[in-house]
Amino acid sequence: MTTGRLIPRRRDAHPVPRYADYKTSVTRSPTLPLLSLESTPSEETGPRFGHGLIGPLDNDLIRNFSGGEGLAIGERIRVHGRVLDENGRPVPHTLVEIWQANAGGRYRHVKDGYFAPLDPNFGGCGRTLTDEHGVYEFMTVRPGAYPWPNRGNDWRPMHIHVSVFGHAFGQRLITQMYFEGDPLIDRCPIAATVRDRAQLDRLVAPLDIGASRPMDYLAYRFDIVLRGRRQTMFENRLEGM
Amino acid sequence: MVQPLETLTETASQTAGPYVHIGCIPSFAGLPGVYPEDLGLSPFSEGAAGEVVTITGAVLDGMGAPLRDAMIESWQADAAGRYPGTPGADPLVSGFCRFAADKDTGEFTLRTIRPGAVTGHDGRAMAPHVSLWIVARGINIGLHTRLYFEDADNASDPLLSRIDPPARAQTLIAQRTAPGAYRFDIRLQGAGETVFLDI
Ligand SMILES: [Fe+2]
Repeated sequence: MTTGRLIPRRRDAHPVPRYADYKTSVTRSPTLPLLSLESTPSEETGPRFGHGLIGPLDNDLIRNFSGGEGLAIGERIRVHGRVLDENGRPVPHTLVEIWQANAGGRYRHVKDGYFAPLDPNFGGCGRTLTDEHGVYEFMTVRPGAYPWPNRGNDWRPMHIHVSVFGHAFGQRLITQMYFEGDPLIDRCPIAATVRDRAQLDRLVAPLDIGASRPMDYLAYRFDIVLRGRRQTMFENRLEGM
Repeated sequence: MVQPLETLTETASQTAGPYVHIGCIPSFAGLPGVYPEDLGLSPFSEGAAGEVVTITGAVLDGMGAPLRDAMIESWQADAAGRYPGTPGADPLVSGFCRFAADKDTGEFTLRTIRPGAVTGHDGRAMAPHVSLWIVARGINIGLHTRLYFEDADNASDPLLSRIDPPARAQTLIAQRTAPGAYRFDIRLQGAGETVFLDI
């Protein structure tokens, strides 16, 4: 179903906007209440991207920076999953973008000065469209943990940033995928902005050994749920609103 | 006990972080060539119907400092008030744009088509507006807001009229600085805090 009102966001399922241990959030979080309104066509529509956008290497971060000429250094992994909505329906043909540090924990970005070296064969971005079942996959290398200036000695757990569009501007979501077993998750103030433990656990991708390939790569599974639309045949309009 | 509700919960957001440009606008981030061009460079193609307008501004933190790492996405209707993908919409308007704060000054620019008024579900017209979504380091869940135009008739807009106190509606109205040019600053907190939407 691609029309209809969006289900209001459950804000307690999301991070708190202001979290003292994540220092930058203190001055960048709204302090006044958000204005809560029922969705309108402005939020229920959104950009669509076609298969013509996606190049053959776009979802292969091991090869896409070199154009296939060389391979990125690191532990080869496949990241795959499904994009669903809150009603459990697959979200087909939607754009998923990822970005990450290289195997040493260094981003290819002018503002990242960490002394782990750049990998000449690793850029760190990828994109794909989900198929008709909402399925997506990427090949990449496991990103390294990295230190960042916050408290005295903060390190980001290994993570991949994930951006998903859905079919409505109001569904727009950026999140991060963590890796099963990483002891830095419980020390990370950014992960801790998600106060609901079950919601944080859902950001941690399990090892999916059945989807790995012997002698080639390990697989991690990361399913993503976007806001759904209200399923009803009744839509009464409020008088006087 | 009761019947279980078979619904899922939305995945939790996490901050886009300081390197969002790598994933979303890699050419801007200094990774040219991975994709032919960055997504959402312009929300319209030349020849689109309507007036071209340019909006400049900055995203300001609670200390009044511009964010130099913010990325913004915009979504809007065409000049006749039709959203791309809906019947009759101008094929030269994609409606979607991605733009970033300048890494030194924090200033952003959106060059777009002035959108038309859109009809809401209740049949009432929404004044011309551009929907915005703002992400950056320190923003834990992307912020939705809207940009309206100072020189449009905003008096009966359903959203603006819900803002309390009404004076805060001014935070959503771009100020005209020259013909076709507007200024729109987004204040994350403090005096003049922008109205952000849970919509
Ligand atoms: Fe990161």
